[in-house]
Amino acid sequence: MIRLQHIERFFQVGEEKVHALRDVDFSAAKGEYIAIMGPSGSGKSTLLNIVGLLDRPDGGTYELDNIMTTTLNDKQQADVRRHKIGFVFQFFHLVPRLTAEQNVELPLVLAGVEKAERKGRVQETLQAFGIGDRARHRPDQLSGGQRQRVAIARATIMKPTVILADEPTGNLDRASGNDVIEIIEDLNSRGITLIMVTHDPELGDRAKRRIKMVDGRIEEDIGKQI
Amino acid sequence: MYIRDFIQLTTSAVRSHRMRSFLTALGIAVGIGSVVLLTSLGEGLHRFMLAEFTQFGTNLIGINPGRVTTGGISGALISNIRPLSIEDAQALARIPQVVDVISVVQGNASVESGKKQRRTTIYGIDSAAPEVFKLKVAAGRFLPDDPPRAARAFAVLGSKVREELFGTGQVLGKRIRIGSERYRVIGSMESKGQMLGFDLDDTVWIPTAKALAMFNRESLMEIDVLYKEGSSADEVSEQIKKILVARHGSEDFTITTQEKMLEILGKILNILTLAVGGLGGISLLVGGVGILTIMTIAVNERTNEIGLLRALGSEKNQILGIFLGEAVILAAIGGFAGLVLGVGGAWLLELIVPALPTHTSWTYIIAAELLAAVIGLLAGVLPARRAAALNPVDALRGE
Ligand SMILES: Nc1ncnc2c1ncn2[C@@H]1O[C@H](COP(=O)(O)OP(=O)(O)O)[C@@H](O)[C@H]1O
Ligand SMILES: [Mg+2]
Repeated sequence: MIRLQHIERFFQVGEEKVHALRDVDFSAAKGEYIAIMGPSGSGKSTLLNIVGLLDRPDGGTYELDNIMTTTLNDKQQADVRRHKIGFVFQFFHLVPRLTAEQNVELPLVLAGVEKAERKGRVQETLQAFGIGDRARHRPDQLSGGQRQRVAIARATIMKPTVILADEPTGNLDRASGNDVIEIIEDLNSRGITLIMVTHDPELGDRAKRRIKMVDGRIEEDIGKQI
Repeated sequence: MYIRDFIQLTTSAVRSHRMRSFLTALGIAVGIGSVVLLTSLGEGLHRFMLAEFTQFGTNLIGINPGRVTTGGISGALISNIRPLSIEDAQALARIPQVVDVISVVQGNASVESGKKQRRTTIYGIDSAAPEVFKLKVAAGRFLPDDPPRAARAFAVLGSKVREELFGTGQVLGKRIRIGSERYRVIGSMESKGQMLGFDLDDTVWIPTAKALAMFNRESLMEIDVLYKEGSSADEVSEQIKKILVARHGSEDFTITTQEKMLEILGKILNILTLAVGGLGGISLLVGGVGILTIMTIAVNERTNEIGLLRALGSEKNQILGIFLGEAVILAAIGGFAGLVLGVGGAWLLELIVPALPTHTSWTYIIAAELLAAVIGLLAGVLPARRAAALNPVDALRGE
């Protein structure tokens, strides 16, 4: 359960003050599939980063699963991020020197999960995403679609309640983009809340709920459940 | 995060840039290597010098005529100096803590045996000399304890003189000529080797009074006092001073305790070792700057990774730890290689130049290793703190 109220976010760019989010109210129920669309610079990524606790709002409150996150310190926020949130990025952000397996294992390593348990979970996840045979390949030995699958595997290995995807197909051709979307939608069908930023209307239309942002505000919110 | 995973994660970064890591570690290795090698030389010299000075024993006090002022100018320039006499030496023998007193005169003269001749150092000395100077008699005996003014014309040969004049033949009872006088050889000494440049083997020992007459001197060159083990050097020298001042009317002599000399020598040598160690430390510092540079570059190259780790739930402290860990690993690898380099270098040097004494001291090795780790930490702190302070959103942006 996600509830953002009166969220404000400013950026100081030189002399100018950019108002990236203006009084944004946004809620998402567990298991929802939400597409966030809108022109470039309208604040989509900023909103997603705040939902993912990577960024702090300058004003307003954010409640996640009954936790008032805006009052948490850095360490507590890191802990929430680790256990509840999975990120999928446009640029994959795999660690180049680590193998696919090690990249997927990384969240478990950081969380202090024991090695014996890690191995099994990683293998299982890689299999589930159809890259079991690529476990020992490094990112530069993988195709774009495969890299994004590794990234998704990594985002789900901690069994998060929310997946946040910022233009997950932005760097992929249509075929592998569709593969990736299907994988992400499959996760959603198993109960994980999915919030995806995209500027591809065709992709956006697949979501039950579609939000349109313009100039730091939510202009349209279609298919809201409540 | 488990320690083992932490080490694996940090070493993976170090391993992924083999050449770069090697060169960075090399900087530290050279630093540690030179600290270890230079301090080994310093310590070796220290031990060598101490051994040279203590081979005569440490419970020694020397008295020389003339007053050495702080300026170092001998009081011999001042006219009213009374000579140090054999009677002075006899008076000092009555101090309770004193075991032996020997009076020393030294000079050069030509020694003849048959057709063979050699110019050597002549020591006028007392019967107690072997005990005080830790010399060993090889054959016969040392000079007898004759009354000083009625000493018989006996001579004892140093090993080299004996060899030069008599080869391997019998020496006891042989007659030799020193200067214009005839002496009978009653003993020969074992080889003692060089001591700070003096060859104690190229020496003939004769009674003090005979030497005084031979060199036409009034004063002894030195009186050496051997005191009982465990008595205070200061107390004994205070009594010596009192007795001699009473006999001479003023303090026209200089007392040097072996203890004080060793203390001063030790201090000087320690400073020397520290100074050369410091020289090595400079190259260690340069190695530290190398780590600082490489870690700064690494943080810049890996901002994306840092953002990602934050997104995956890393705390700032974990990021700090990862980059600090990398710096320390680089320094530790370099430190270990430097140790091998330094110890091996010292060992090799001793092998190639045996005259060069080296001694690798554990204190300096441990200090150097700790220093390497501390330098790694210090060099890593700034870049690691910058990495930890990065805003995750900014770090993730841009490819
Ligand atoms: N870290 C930042 N520093 C300065 N300006 C920023 C920063 N992040 C975002 N912005 C600005 O905020 C606005 C919204 O950005 P963003 O959320 O990335 O837009 P979108 O993802 O919809 O393209 C833009 O005008 C962008 O320039
Ligand atoms: Mg964006």
